[in-house]
Amino acid sequence: MGSNMAENHPVGFQWVMEARERGAKVIHVDPRFTRTSAMATKWVGIRPGSDIAFLGGVVNYILQNELYFREYVEHYTNAPVIIDEAYVDTEDADGLFSGWDPEQGQYDVTTWSYEGMETHGAAGQREEGYSPKGEQSGHGGHGGGLKHGEPPSEDPELTHPRCVFQILKRHYQRYTPEFVAETCGVSVEDFAYVCEALVQNSGRERTSAFCYAVGWTQHTVGVQYIRTAAIIQQLLGNMGRPGGGIMALRGHASIQGSTDIPTLYNILPGYLPMPHTENYGSFDNFVQANVAPTGWWGNFEEYWVSLMCAYFGPEASSENDWLFDHLPRIDDDNSVYWTLEQMLDGKVRGYIVAGENPAVGNANGKAHRLAFANLDWMVVRDVVEIESASWWYDSPEIESGELKTEEIPTEIFFMPAATHTEKDGSFTNTQRLLQWHWQAVEPKQDCRSELWFYFHLGRMIKSKLKDSQEPRDLLINKLHWDYPTHSAIREPSAETILKEIGGYEVESGEPLPGYKKLKSDGSTACGCWIYAGCYQNGINQPARKKPHWEQDTHVAPEWAWAWPANRRIIYNRASADPEGNPWSERKKYVYWNGEQETWEGIDTPDFDETKPPDYVPPDDAKGPDAIAGDHPFIMQSDGRSWLYVPQGLEDGPLPTHYEPQESPFDNPLYSQRANPRRQQHKDADWDPYNPIEGEPGFELFPHVLTTYRLTEHHTAGGMTRSIPYLAELQPAFFCEVSPELAEEAGLENGGWATVYTSRSAVEARVLVTRRMKPQTVRGRVTHTVGLPYHWGQRLLTAGDTANDLLHAALDPNVHIMETKAQTCGIRAGRRPRGKALTEFVESLRAQTEKTRPEPEETRKT
Amino acid sequence: MTFPESTVAKDRYAMGLADLLEHWPVVRQLRDGDPLGLGPAVQSQRSKTLTPRIDEAEHVVQSICPYCAVGCGQLVYVKDGEITHIEGDPASPVSRGRLCPKGQASRSYAQSPLREYKVKYRRPYGTQWEELSLDDAMEMIAQRIIDTRAANWQDKTDDGKPANRTMAIGNLGGATLDNEENYLIKKLMTGLGIVQVENQARI
Repeated sequence: MGSNMAENHPVGFQWVMEARERGAKVIHVDPRFTRTSAMATKWVGIRPGSDIAFLGGVVNYILQNELYFREYVEHYTNAPVIIDEAYVDTEDADGLFSGWDPEQGQYDVTTWSYEGMETHGAAGQREEGYSPKGEQSGHGGHGGGLKHGEPPSEDPELTHPRCVFQILKRHYQRYTPEFVAETCGVSVEDFAYVCEALVQNSGRERTSAFCYAVGWTQHTVGVQYIRTAAIIQQLLGNMGRPGGGIMALRGHASIQGSTDIPTLYNILPGYLPMPHTENYGSFDNFVQANVAPTGWWGNFEEYWVSLMCAYFGPEASSENDWLFDHLPRIDDDNSVYWTLEQMLDGKVRGYIVAGENPAVGNANGKAHRLAFANLDWMVVRDVVEIESASWWYDSPEIESGELKTEEIPTEIFFMPAATHTEKDGSFTNTQRLLQWHWQAVEPKQDCRSELWFYFHLGRMIKSKLKDSQEPRDLLINKLHWDYPTHSAIREPSAETILKEIGGYEVESGEPLPGYKKLKSDGSTACGCWIYAGCYQNGINQPARKKPHWEQDTHVAPEWAWAWPANRRIIYNRASADPEGNPWSERKKYVYWNGEQETWEGIDTPDFDETKPPDYVPPDDAKGPDAIAGDHPFIMQSDGRSWLYVPQGLEDGPLPTHYEPQESPFDNPLYSQRANPRRQQHKDADWDPYNPIEGEPGFELFPHVLTTYRLTEHHTAGGMTRSIPYLAELQPAFFCEVSPELAEEAGLENGGWATVYTSRSAVEARVLVTRRMKPQTVRGRVTHTVGLPYHWGQRLLTAGDTANDLLHAALDPNVHIMETKAQTCGIRAGRRPRGKALTEFVESLRAQTEKTRPEPEETRKT
Repeated sequence: MTFPESTVAKDRYAMGLADLLEHWPVVRQLRDGDPLGLGPAVQSQRSKTLTPRIDEAEHVVQSICPYCAVGCGQLVYVKDGEITHIEGDPASPVSRGRLCPKGQASRSYAQSPLREYKVKYRRPYGTQWEELSLDDAMEMIAQRIIDTRAANWQDKTDDGKPANRTMAIGNLGGATLDNEENYLIKKLMTGLGIVQVENQARI
């Protein structure tokens, strides 16, 4: 679901095909009939934006028919845990959870807690009123009241009305097959097929997996999409077991790596939080705010101090709190769309873009291009001159006259980049595998790797500031920035940096074998604790390339290296039953060897190797020692997987069906239409939203709009629209519509269509296809318009940019925009050009804005 | 590789009848048990002399496809300092030698006719790109960062909380880059107090 694996991850899909050949059922639930659907055993066409309704229906089916994996649910999940009596579910509050603050537009999560627990693990040591949010909420801060790792109140019978299991049951009881059919535009029979297939293929002997991609993440309630699948997989016992799990099919070579070793505002390597502007008072308080009393996040300080030692070398010490007071602080949201707003306001003066094409790839492309014209300077690093480098003389805004080249003050540096074949380095793929690529040839002329660029940039800045006594320059002057270089261009050694990432003993410089060796006394340095050991024994582990035919098992542990500790399936203790025996011979993976008193199997066990299954932590146990022998989910403070999330999410402990920001329908469940916590740019004129039903101009945008990728192109096209073969294979921007919509709108196959929203209008070649199926939702036929989003103004194949149509309302947990379900209008013919384009969009907006009323009392938007 | 026309003609002229028949594919098809002409019978004089371009490679390095996150193995063949061929690495348990159309075209990604090899500079209010040396560009960028940072530094937030940062500079991109590159970017930006560091994980 939420993925077109056959077209977007074709080589990964070979394994799905092989499984199908061996009898596996492959089900594709997706708005479009794609090549994935064609290869599947079953395709179910679903309305974009309705996946939680569908998956919630599966949860309800499992619970009502008592088809869950009882032993797994009881021991490995938080189903038995009793929740605070102040908790109020959406079912009892018309679409809102308890704690909603309408003024702030956010939740106070106190009432979502386990009964008898402090909500914040170490609240007393924090600044008054500081409530960490989302990914900033601290790791397992919820562990405060856990005694020897166990929640205070539980009901193993799962019958207490306030236990998670019963709350779950009530929360989803209205997600009946008929509700799913009505809401998602599917048949009751197709829905039943999916439910039965999942249940029949789960249990001791069998496992089922979910594969998803950004078709799930890119929604204003995207995190909760994935959460709903996680609930199903927990109920069916499909986590931590071979053939199970939830597979995120990510779209960039190292998008996993760039999250683990983040180029993200809110985290440091290994998912350590960036310090917040909230005043912690002291380093100790910061640690207390983040350390979990129980579980592996109990070692927070070891990970933190080792990172600071990697960053600052001998300059960081316990005497100066590892330089904590000098670290930069973040606000709740400093993500890319926040930066965009600041840029539009003129507050951002300089911008470096490296290997990304936001003018094409980000929602609301026009806003990005207009924002660039507010910068003093901009650096763009890429292999070809992408639209993010040429916007100042070649863009829709230049054509419309909204930007005039000679009036743009921005100084621009285009820096040619090196390709993967011109540098050493590692990518982390979508299954957490670090794979090394060796340099094949030298980069030519001015082409340089990012390693070269950032290393020498840092070296030059440090050199210029080395005598500065300004407090602001203290941290950069203390930054450990000493890497050996090689070759004529003085390329830094990628392997030396990998060694720093993998960790070493400060005194001897010896690489560390793994994260268990990290210390909080400054004797170890480690650039990313979850990658600790990736250079163990002085060997570049990601560069191990032992062919799969020379390895003993299909797990192939000697090909590259997976974080953490070369584990290929995390939480794999769950592949054995509470006593430590395999759930079945067929699904044997990691298990307890009673004679040797050790965990073993074909993968690295994800558990203390010698902790027996019957281990019960003493009352004073801390950190990993406080996790019982039959609790596999060791990163969680209670060692269990969470059906219900008491802390860490912004928009509720349980997933709930909400309509997208823009949708042709009201919410069938509640008067609360969309996710109340979603992030909107309501007061900004750069991100107007199409009206919803009942608002003026609603009829202008009657169709659902969704975007996606093609096999022959990659994301914003910078790496593929420059290739002759690929430009020839997919030569033009197009829109996909059903024959019914084509007839209704007068569209001809191969002709032109103009697709429009409140943001912009684009033109595309029309592809009329039965693969786009009109859906009947609550008695009304809805059409979906599909747009691939690879095109931009330039390169070998040029076309309008689908992202120009899209608004940037965001998921509140991860600040990801909703590209997969918006609304649009469509008409035959090419779009207006130049100034007429701006006028056309303005006229649309005028029709929607003239008398937009306050939301009615009976419906909350 | 071309087979000079004149040589072909001369050879034919010198052939006897048996040789001539040998050159007629139908004879070879019938004689060699390849009646449909799908096997070696169809080989021509020219194709006999062809060799795979990988045979001429001076060395081959193991690489990883730069596109999606499946992480297929690649073999990169090099001759005279140029890539001559990229194909799937059969040793990879992830991909078993297979590549998708993008991965197969990745030699053309490195050798695109649109590839830029020189720094390009656009001065404020300028109407065209200008040339600039790499050294000068690096020097200017370093100075821009220092100046912008100094002019827009926040020791504290408006309500007096610690900030230690500049909100006037951002850095975007990382998902197409190596782990080691991402590591240096975040490390440097943190050292500089630049917190608006983002990548494609949010798109």
